[in-house]
Amino acid sequence: MSYQFDFLAVAREAPELAAGLARTVELTAVACIAGLLIGIVGAVCRAWQLRPFNTLFAVYVEMFRNTPFLVQLFFLFFGLPTLGIDIAPDSAAMLAMVINLGAYAVEIIRSGIEATPKGQIEAAQALALKRWQIFLHVVLRPALLRVWPAMTSQVVIVMLGSAVCAQISTEELSYAASLIQSRNFRAFETYFVTAGLYLALALLLRQTLLRGGGRLLKRGRP
Amino acid sequence: MHRRTFTLGLLAASLLGSLWALPAKAERLASIKQAGIIKIAIPADFPPFGSTGPDMKPQGYDIDTAELIGRELKVKVELVPVSSANRIAYLTTGKADLLISSLGKNPEREKVINFSVAYAPFFNGVFGTKDLTLDKPEGLAGKTVGVTRGSIEDLELSKVIPASANLKRFEDNNATIAAYLAGQVQVVATGNVVAATINAQSKRPRRLEQKFLIKNSPCYVGVNKDDPQLLEQVNQIINKAKKDGELNRISLKWLKTPLASALL
Repeated sequence: MSYQFDFLAVAREAPELAAGLARTVELTAVACIAGLLIGIVGAVCRAWQLRPFNTLFAVYVEMFRNTPFLVQLFFLFFGLPTLGIDIAPDSAAMLAMVINLGAYAVEIIRSGIEATPKGQIEAAQALALKRWQIFLHVVLRPALLRVWPAMTSQVVIVMLGSAVCAQISTEELSYAASLIQSRNFRAFETYFVTAGLYLALALLLRQTLLRGGGRLLKRGRP
Repeated sequence: MHRRTFTLGLLAASLLGSLWALPAKAERLASIKQAGIIKIAIPADFPPFGSTGPDMKPQGYDIDTAELIGRELKVKVELVPVSSANRIAYLTTGKADLLISSLGKNPEREKVINFSVAYAPFFNGVFGTKDLTLDKPEGLAGKTVGVTRGSIEDLELSKVIPASANLKRFEDNNATIAAYLAGQVQVVATGNVVAATINAQSKRPRRLEQKFLIKNSPCYVGVNKDDPQLLEQVNQIINKAKKDGELNRISLKWLKTPLASALL
């Protein structure tokens, strides 16, 4: 084999990779928090059939769970300006990720809420808990605890999916990789290192969310 | 749980690692002749050099040049569409035997691949709307500039652009042009003939008016470092095509001008 591997060529670009990694983490964090909020609100509307919001959320969920992320991204970035709605590249990427994760979160959390045993709510009512107390402690928290592993998986999927945001010039990890290899022509080394970074980030993110989320949701319980 | 995650990570890493074992390479020119087929990387979104025609087949200056080389080598041509950012990787990893993708020459690229003699003229510049006054790189301060990642415009502009300019790099030429037409970037850097072709094709109100030229950067055929015989053949074919007017015919067809005398 005549090819000489040169990982130093990639090591020299470490600041570029670090900046990309930071941007990926930032996009994921915002998407995770905002998506979770959308998910909770949407799931409550869907599960309790609050009209007209349950229909609106149903349409939203079906629209964004049944179209590719890349198409959603291009529509926001290239499509909307035609209608006179300007979205900066960075906001377009973030918005697309929030909307996408939100749609999945609605369905995930709804399944958790609907799995609440009726007896538990009746027991809470018998104990004269207020409605908001029942919602918070008897319905929502156990529901989130039930679906937390599924939610974590979805966040990791969206984090990995953020790679396509490079297509609209968002300067995240894949963008950094593509830029570096288009300059040093070390495609193997660059993508090898980048894949490793994604792998590490995904494992770390999963562990953090599973442990942190679980601890938070279980707090104050026997 | 913890140990399992670690084991899985290790497994994934070793899978990636197994890609190290790449097959050895034979003398390429001989194997091309033997197979009767040559794989040539061409642009698919860079008119007039390479774009998709009304019959959904690739067409353009680079495609005609590729066919010319195939004809002279007496082999069939298999066109491989590539983007600006990944085209050199296509060549160095053997996914293409030749790179005819309006490729400009610079010292960094010359370290990685060999270049033939020039086969086409190329001037790149900065383009924007008519009402914008802009005549030098310093004028880009504070502006949003679109460019295709890894193109010669990207490399040249990155050196001279003011720090306050917002340089947006897109994956392929389609995205760069679409971002400009949609108003997501104020100006774009691309080839002058590319801008002219887009203006002729697009019905959008945003035209690409030339503001200033960055560099005269003719196009060369890219050949792998370890294929000196193939490079020799390609140079002979291009030089012959310059003499017998074949390349001039391609230039008249796609650039609407005779081949510049500087290239002859």
